[in-house]
Amino acid sequence: MSQSPSVPLTTADGVPLKTSLRRAVRRSKVKAFLLVSPLLLFLGIAFVMPIVEMLWRSVDNPEVSTQLSRTVTALEGWNGDALPDEPVFAALVEDLREGQAARNLGLLSSRLNYEKSGMRSAINRTARQLRAVEPPFREALIEINDTWGELETWRLIQREATPYTLSYYLAAVDRQLTPMGEIVQVPDHLKVHVGLFWRTFWMSAVITGLTLLLGYPIAFLLTSLPLRHSNLLMILVLLPFWTSLLVRTTTWIAILQSQGVLNDVMVALGVIADEARWQMIHNKAGTIIAMTHILLPFMILPLYSVMKTIPPSYMRAARSLGGKPFLSFRRVYFPLTIPGIAAGGILVFILSIGYYITPALVGGQSGRFITNYIAYHMQTSLNWGLAAAIASILLFVVIVFYMVFNRLIGVDKVKLG
Amino acid sequence: MKRNDKQAGKPVLKLITCAVAGASALGLASVAQAQQTLNIVSWGGAYTMSQQKAYHEPWMEQTGDEIINLDRSGNALAGLRAQSQAGNVTWDLVDMLPADAMIACAEGLIEPLDHDELLADAPDGTPPSEDFVDGALGECFVASIVYSNIVAFNTEMFPEDNQPSTIADVFDVENFPGKRTLLRKPINNLEWALVADGVAPEDVYDVLETEEGIQRAFAKLDTIKDHVIWWEEGAQPPQLLADQEVAFGSAYNGRIFNAMVSENQPFEIIWDAQVFELDGWVVPTGKLDKVKDYLHFATDTQRLADQAQYISYGPARYSSSDLVSVHAETGIDMMPHMPTFPPNFATAIQKDDEFWADYNDELTQRFDAWLAQ
Repeated sequence: MSQSPSVPLTTADGVPLKTSLRRAVRRSKVKAFLLVSPLLLFLGIAFVMPIVEMLWRSVDNPEVSTQLSRTVTALEGWNGDALPDEPVFAALVEDLREGQAARNLGLLSSRLNYEKSGMRSAINRTARQLRAVEPPFREALIEINDTWGELETWRLIQREATPYTLSYYLAAVDRQLTPMGEIVQVPDHLKVHVGLFWRTFWMSAVITGLTLLLGYPIAFLLTSLPLRHSNLLMILVLLPFWTSLLVRTTTWIAILQSQGVLNDVMVALGVIADEARWQMIHNKAGTIIAMTHILLPFMILPLYSVMKTIPPSYMRAARSLGGKPFLSFRRVYFPLTIPGIAAGGILVFILSIGYYITPALVGGQSGRFITNYIAYHMQTSLNWGLAAAIASILLFVVIVFYMVFNRLIGVDKVKLG
Repeated sequence: MKRNDKQAGKPVLKLITCAVAGASALGLASVAQAQQTLNIVSWGGAYTMSQQKAYHEPWMEQTGDEIINLDRSGNALAGLRAQSQAGNVTWDLVDMLPADAMIACAEGLIEPLDHDELLADAPDGTPPSEDFVDGALGECFVASIVYSNIVAFNTEMFPEDNQPSTIADVFDVENFPGKRTLLRKPINNLEWALVADGVAPEDVYDVLETEEGIQRAFAKLDTIKDHVIWWEEGAQPPQLLADQEVAFGSAYNGRIFNAMVSENQPFEIIWDAQVFELDGWVVPTGKLDKVKDYLHFATDTQRLADQAQYISYGPARYSSSDLVSVHAETGIDMMPHMPTFPPNFATAIQKDDEFWADYNDELTQRFDAWLAQ
């Protein structure tokens, strides 16, 4: 009755069924791949490559090793206890002459100035005066700029001669290398980044909590109101979502500033005195208020999509089984919405960690985020290595959060709409 | 026969077509050479407008070139570096501060300039190297204006018999109460703090080069820290002053002048301890041939004098100073509003670019840490 296993099934044209099936599957796989390949290409160029480039830039350290190559070679074996000898100075003169002719000393002097203030002018001034310099070079260079007479300068050059460096990461967490090579904290008056990292994290957590607190009832109303009203409510949620971010941010400035709408109204109503207007913007409060408003839809929409799938009969069942309203909410409804809370929470938290424009506009001094510092290093101080290191740390933190989240809740449970 | 006629006619026709096409191609080419598009980067706002009126419009009329203004000078160095690394420099001429120009020059991002060769002589034949003010001609830089960082105040916020007049008054919150708005950078603020603390303007940078000097400046800033709103965009201080959100504001003198004259704001400038500096042109590497005619035109004596009709920045050439006349719109005399007007200039500090090139990174970090305390 049953077919013998030695006789394989074939299709009409005699090809074994297995082969034919495999071919068909492969063909559809290739088709699918071709269909997504533009997307993959786009992701590769616009997403993966910039991240790789950023990571690479945060450790890349070519300046000293390439532009002071002779000096670095001459410094080999120097133990750092006394000023180097004449050949090292002669090598430096040659390196600087070459750099001056090629006009590429700028990056080198900036690089060394990050580690030791004053190196920029030391190098540039020395390079300009090289024409008149004659041996002995050691005395001549120290004469031009006494930085060359400091042990620290030479230790710095020796230390930064490696093609890769951790200096940017150390600077990003307010640490530095001593001339002896130990990692120590920078002096208190130079500590900036760690405090900003913490502030970014706790303020993002507060914003996430607030969006949940405000968004949960709204999402609930959206699912429970009659269609006519809930549609209107949905439009009220989406309208600001579609409005330009800058418009929403500047509107908050108009409302919250000390001569703004809210203060004016409160003064007119006699709630506060004219001299005692509240400072609600250009500080932490400003950032939290504006960002909570701006990110609210990112909490409401995932919550809504989860709540919509919870049949109302569950709550009715809970009530009919004797649960008081709060108890049935806590024991039945709330646990069912947790995937929505988690999705909204992780979305809002990650978005706010990376937020830049709103804290810049309404955050003042106390309400700015680490992202504003990345922008500063990108655009103003031009220390791109440090900007890359800070950004890489942020990326790392986000990945860790995501993994913890995945472990605790499971990404597959998340629905975004 | 007919067929032959046609064939005989064809080459002639072809020749004519060729000739016409060739001629028009030649003509087009020569026109295209004259009518190029220049991408000029500057600061935007009233400043770009003054350049537009004084240099761009006459130049476009003269040559038929098209000039596109890009308001990117705020991040010009970052932009130049990014364009150069990407191998696609789209900017033809950039308005920039001399400190940034020094860095860009050392990185080879901009062209070294032979000033006497490239720039116009003064009307009396003085070569540019002698006609421009001190520090106006850098290795890769040619200044067009002298501008000033000053502190201004809103006269309505103080009684008439007690108006502030010195930089020390800005640091005196008891006699001159009210919020202050200052640039959120150490530049200018540290200089002013020292002058307010009794350091002579000419000694400011010597003091700042010592650790005690820096501590002294920060200690002085501590006394007003709680009264300061920090600004980052040049348009903020005039706005905050006009709204009476602040009583004092540090600003670029041209912006305050603009608000005083064009918008009738009750502002007054404290010229005491003004920190003046230059601002001018640099040419991105490889663009010199394209822009050298324009550069020659835009930095000549008359053009620099013309610009002062539109904004209260002093021309960087001695020969232009005598030609400075009245404000184009309101007809008021521009001279008393210039940073270089002698009564305004008595206690002026020249910004030390080399000091800031060395210490800006460290002092900015220290300043930020101080702000965060």
